[in-house]
Amino acid sequence: MSDAAPFVRIVDVLKRFGNAPPALDHVAGEILGGRITGLVGPDGAGKTTLIRLMTGLMVPDAGKVEVLGFDTVTNAADIQASIGYMPQRFGLYEDLSVQENLDLYADLRGLPLPERVATFDELLEFTDLKRFTARLAGKLSGGMKQKLGLACALLRKPRLLLLDEPGVGVDPISRRDLWKMVENLTAEGIGVVWSTAYLDEAEACDSVLLLNEGKLLFSGCPAELTARVAGRVFKVSGIAHGRRQKLARYLDEENVVDGVIQGEAIRLVMRPDTKPPGLNDNPHGPSAATTAPRFEDAFIDMLGGGPGGRSKLAETQTPFVIENGRPVIEARGLTKRFGDFTAADAITFDIPRGQIFGLLGPNGAGKSTTFKMLCGLLKPSAGEGRVAGFDLRRDAAEARNRLGYMAQKFSLYGDLSVAQNLSFFAGVYGLSGARKRERIQLMIDIFGFGRLLDMSAKDLPLGLKQRLALACAVLHEPEALFLDEPTSGVDPITRREFWTHINGLVEKGVTVLVTTHFMDEAEYCDRISLIYRGRSIALGSPDELKAQVVSAELPDPTMEDAFVALVQGSEEKEAA
Amino acid sequence: MTEHPSHTERRSARIRRFAALVRKESYQIVRDPSSILIAFVLPLILLFLFGYGVSLDTTQTRIGLVIEQEAPLTRDLAAGFQASRYFKVTVGRDRREFEDDLVLGRVRGIVVIPTGFMADYAAGRHPSLQVLVDGSDPNTANFVQNYAQATLANWTRQRLSDGAGRPPAITAEQRFWFNPELTSRNFLVPGSIAIVMTLVGTLLTSLVVAREWERGTMEAMMATPVSAAELLAGKLLPYFLLGLTSMTLCVLLAVFLFGVPFRGSVAALYALSATFLMPALGQGLLISAATKNQFLASQLALISAFLPAFLLSGFLFEINSMPTVIQWITLIVPARYLIPSLQTVFLAGDIWPMFTRAIAVMLLIGGVFFALAARSTRKRIA
Repeated sequence: MSDAAPFVRIVDVLKRFGNAPPALDHVAGEILGGRITGLVGPDGAGKTTLIRLMTGLMVPDAGKVEVLGFDTVTNAADIQASIGYMPQRFGLYEDLSVQENLDLYADLRGLPLPERVATFDELLEFTDLKRFTARLAGKLSGGMKQKLGLACALLRKPRLLLLDEPGVGVDPISRRDLWKMVENLTAEGIGVVWSTAYLDEAEACDSVLLLNEGKLLFSGCPAELTARVAGRVFKVSGIAHGRRQKLARYLDEENVVDGVIQGEAIRLVMRPDTKPPGLNDNPHGPSAATTAPRFEDAFIDMLGGGPGGRSKLAETQTPFVIENGRPVIEARGLTKRFGDFTAADAITFDIPRGQIFGLLGPNGAGKSTTFKMLCGLLKPSAGEGRVAGFDLRRDAAEARNRLGYMAQKFSLYGDLSVAQNLSFFAGVYGLSGARKRERIQLMIDIFGFGRLLDMSAKDLPLGLKQRLALACAVLHEPEALFLDEPTSGVDPITRREFWTHINGLVEKGVTVLVTTHFMDEAEYCDRISLIYRGRSIALGSPDELKAQVVSAELPDPTMEDAFVALVQGSEEKEAA
Repeated sequence: MTEHPSHTERRSARIRRFAALVRKESYQIVRDPSSILIAFVLPLILLFLFGYGVSLDTTQTRIGLVIEQEAPLTRDLAAGFQASRYFKVTVGRDRREFEDDLVLGRVRGIVVIPTGFMADYAAGRHPSLQVLVDGSDPNTANFVQNYAQATLANWTRQRLSDGAGRPPAITAEQRFWFNPELTSRNFLVPGSIAIVMTLVGTLLTSLVVAREWERGTMEAMMATPVSAAELLAGKLLPYFLLGLTSMTLCVLLAVFLFGVPFRGSVAALYALSATFLMPALGQGLLISAATKNQFLASQLALISAFLPAFLLSGFLFEINSMPTVIQWITLIVPARYLIPSLQTVFLAGDIWPMFTRAIAVMLLIGGVFFALAARSTRKRIA
């Protein structure tokens, strides 16, 4: 049986770019046919490099990679004839139509003419793109582009299919469709490599290679990994209020490895043979029950546990008085039209002081548009927005002085040093003299920039870049904090640290608006709005939204389940 | 286990891949506004600029005319200058009256009819004018000098045929061959065709290859059985044809709209242009292989191809009057070989010995560019 031989053998591979630490540091592993192998890790872990090594488009500095029995250095052409590869941006020609893209790749891969009609038909059926063959690829939605990319990679049934982050920027429904398609392929014996930074995707793989900073942390079945924390994961429920403070206290406990807010409850990972502390037998008080471990729990455990619960940033924050007055952030029918395309359609919500509000949705849904209207960067076509009581149309400058903004992409000056960036942003926010020096010094202490002050911001690792971006956004102690995808792609430890700061600030009365496409991150919010195709299709606390979709098949839905069900529900309503 | 496809099968697969790449590129050219802009609109603008806007002819240049000795004869000559369509004349008695004007650029030159003029003329000696020009603007200075002499010669001839006075000694007479009206448009327009082909061949090609890197399509391509040579050839052919189309459009405009004479053969025109596209495309490929970034590629293409084609090709500035070092540098600018040949095709006719030499040199430069580009475009990402 050829199934027994691994499709890919990675033997002690080292790959280095310039003087940076190795992108892949003596990585070894195997990828088998007939199953989905997850290449898992945060941005910069080395996933893309490893995939490119498998395609023969890069050569290792040391060690070797064998694909389908061929060496990638000497026999790249043989490998390229029998693999399918979908790079991160799908590799589609945006000014070619769906059919033209298919034709092109069919010619390039040498699909014989007589087979074409049947193959195209099958793939278009499979990807549900039949209606769109004449549409330009650039005009497809993210999910459709990704399916077309997959179809192009599958034109001549490959033995090995390499998918580089196929789940990024795609709505959860398309992501599920794609997953199902790929699963069907494995049934035919095809080997699939699926790289991802989402740990929930990792959990669904048949086996995973877990990478972090170029090092292989784990190789094997995800269940094996989660088994290491089995029985140690608890869900503490029944906390009436103050769950953020409670979480902070838990995180400082010796025996708590990791903890996050999960809706109304707190999820804790404990050291072996310990129980969540501070629970008494009061039947009305909090109670803890073990719950099924997740991949992320095990990942954090493997990295030695998350950071503590104290946020020095929050401790130094002057508290804002939480009164029951006007909401700090208000959106009233915010609408933005670009030509005949409505990017945001009558978005309405308000955020009381000291709460976290999340805008949740796939890329292109309208989150960032709404966000930019609320911080005065984009003029609404209709509706109004207020921050700290200031109308964004008339007093945009006043409003902006009271908010801190952390943009989605790295928005600092890459060529300025860390110190120069801090000084520049302090100046922009009107800090000067002793207060400016004091605040900057504080940020340096809190985020540990001490040794990095003279480094160019662009050379920082991703996690540190994000920390610097947060530091620049909070220098002037804003009342409202706008965070656009703050933890996209960062490793889970940095993500924890981030949320510790945010939670701490919120306890001090700072109001936070955050966008995210991480479904589980939405659970850290007090309330969320699901944005889909420019409209808010649901608004409520995470638990309320999940409760809306509870059914016999889904007794305990995840946030993603809720999202999928609510989107489908709203589409049915529209169709009716 | 592995099947070995026959030789013919392999070849037909190769042809199909190549055809697919060419087709893809053609769709993109047609659908991408920036290709159309660079290949057709920009050339039109350039051509109109050189056809109408820029003129190196000096019509109506302001000069100061100094008559040192007032007499009917000198007044008659002065009238000759005033009647000339090349000069706008202010008459004075002393050259010092115009010195400040010359320094300030209010006049471009001072023409002096000296005291000895009358005596020389009467004695049948060659009468001479004194011309003072601003040497910091050599082009204009030259024109003032030459046209002043020509006006004098005209006037002398005129006097002669009127039977007034005796014939003067023989004067040197300038004759302009091939472009008797000395219309600068007639040599600027053929020259600008070389610029246009540089735009299409180097700038556009480097941009589209860099774009494939930026959008990640190059990576997807490379992971298919396509070879690097096929990828390059599939890029080149469409832009080669586009360059020739763009050139044809320019030639038609030049001949039918601007009335530039076309005395050579169409075969020579295409032979020269097609050859010129070799180094132009090769340079474009080399740039994009080296940068993989559209912004950098466009900057590099402008600096290393477009500007040299403008400045170092003899298009606007005489190569012979450049410093020796710069003259050496011009030797590797392909446009310097094309432009004189193109001007010859338009204004003089086919002079094959000149063309074959130019073609040989351009092929050589092209070959070097291609060799370098092929070396740096392997099927590797990093």
